Amino acid sequence: MHSIPGRRLIMALFLIFLLLPIYWLVNMSFKTNAEIVSTMTLWPHTPTLQHYKRIFTDESWYSGYINSLEYVVLNTIISISVALPAAYAFSRYRFLGDKHLFFWLLSNRMAPAAVYALPFFNLYSAIGLFDTPWAVALAHCIFNVPLAVWILEGFVSGVPREIDETAFLDGYSFPRFFIKILVPLIASGIGVAAFFCFMFSWVELLLARTLTSVQAKPIAAIMTRTVSAAGMDWGLLAAAGVLTIIPGALVIWFVRNYIARGFALGRV
Amino acid sequence: MDKTINQKAWFLVLPVFLVVAFSAVLPLMTVVNYSMQDTFGNNQFFWNGVGWFKELLDPSTDLGGRFLASLGRNLFFSLVILAIEVPLGIVVALSMPREGWTVAACLIILALPLLIPWNVVGTIWQIFGRPDIGLLGYVLNAIGIDYNYVSNEVDAWVTVIVMDVWHWTSLVALLCYAGLKSIPDAYYQAAQIDGASRWAVFKAIQLPKMNRVLLIAVLLRFMDSFMIYTEPFVVTGGGPGNSTTFVSIELVKIALGQFDLGKAAALSLVYNLIILIVCWIFYTVMTNAGVERKVQVESKPAVEPKPSAGLVPVPALKPKEGVA
Repeated sequence: MHSIPGRRLIMALFLIFLLLPIYWLVNMSFKTNAEIVSTMTLWPHTPTLQHYKRIFTDESWYSGYINSLEYVVLNTIISISVALPAAYAFSRYRFLGDKHLFFWLLSNRMAPAAVYALPFFNLYSAIGLFDTPWAVALAHCIFNVPLAVWILEGFVSGVPREIDETAFLDGYSFPRFFIKILVPLIASGIGVAAFFCFMFSWVELLLARTLTSVQAKPIAAIMTRTVSAAGMDWGLLAAAGVLTIIPGALVIWFVRNYIARGFALGRV
Repeated sequence: MDKTINQKAWFLVLPVFLVVAFSAVLPLMTVVNYSMQDTFGNNQFFWNGVGWFKELLDPSTDLGGRFLASLGRNLFFSLVILAIEVPLGIVVALSMPREGWTVAACLIILALPLLIPWNVVGTIWQIFGRPDIGLLGYVLNAIGIDYNYVSNEVDAWVTVIVMDVWHWTSLVALLCYAGLKSIPDAYYQAAQIDGASRWAVFKAIQLPKMNRVLLIAVLLRFMDSFMIYTEPFVVTGGGPGNSTTFVSIELVKIALGQFDLGKAAALSLVYNLIILIVCWIFYTVMTNAGVERKVQVESKPAVEPKPSAGLVPVPALKPKEGVA
């Protein structure tokens, strides 16, 4: 690939720009509050683990992570399982209203969460799901299901039709073909779609905060409450922030080659 | 390849349709219902017709003034970040290392900001920019620039924009990189033989090849910046004054802060309509680009018909296109 002059310098500067704020957060999470407020230090002079210890021992803190993971996993499972057959249908067949449906799905991926915050609140209160992980998991389907359909459609289209036809000639029934042949063939696509569902559900706050109050409060909401109420416990806030970055940083390794494809809604 | 027409495919799409309809159509009906009514609490509603919509689009009223001002701010914000992120993303994509372990390392670091929860992004920049405890604010003040994003409007805007650039430029870069990777080496060799300059290579080869991904990048960046809520809310809370109050922040303030259901619902509908229109324009352009590409691909075998010969499906062999 052709590249431009000074590319190493540009890349290095950009990466530093990306990493510096994150470094500052990590740096602060290891400082004592006294050190944060009193002096400007580039690295912790009296490193401490007290903030992390507090999060891992205080239930009101670590339950937030469990709640978040709960609805994120639920949402990923729902999204992928309903999106798989639909992706196959969009990729292989033409049917009444298919293009309109595809556009409608896209438009839901783009819909602003703020519009849905209040009606979701009413809806899930009315059916008794308010303040459960199910409410958030279902609410996040509004942008994750369309995304999963778009990504998986791209991967299913990469499987040659001849494989379907051969399988049907061999006497496979449709469900058996789907589970035994198609799913293994697009396993990497399913992984990518799952990663993106996981990620977008993990980073979203507005709906998650609106639909929970006590029992299912996500970690993100617990963090915002601490900022406004308990004075300014900067070290604790920074430690909680660092812990929310870790899951994403861990799974990113597995999808590094597909990440652009996922963001491009499967259209690269 | 032609897709077969099969109405039974609807059964496969049905679960998706039901799930999304449950979480999109149902709430939207509530919104439409509210938008026509006024409430004085106690679940008492009064018919208000299109009153809210009239007020919303009239800048002289309180609601209209707030909506149009936040809409203007939001459009300005979207344009600014597009103008920065798209060129910067292209430059970063062109600067990617060619091979070796550095490629993976760069990809992972680039993707890192995208995976951070949005409120944590806000928190990071809130801390980073503070003049007393943040590196950025401290350094800026130390070298004599009076910077305080809490009280100064310009500083607040700069902070929000830099934060968005930090958060999302990687997305544009990753998409462009994927587009660049799909260019065969032969193109570059041909350019070298022709003695094309670096700029000519970019304009004639790389930019056209990145067309599609750039379109998606612009679509995603426009949409997401148009509905931005969490990050500026955490950093500036919409202030100082109302200077960084974007449409979503205004909407949540009216809906969940004041519980002014009618006004909020009317605003939601107009907001959604704008998104829908922009989305439709992009979708049309995108599908048209796809068709053009297909035509190009299909016109190739006409020159050398050999490869397509094996791919022509024999109609008689097609199985009963059974879904079930």
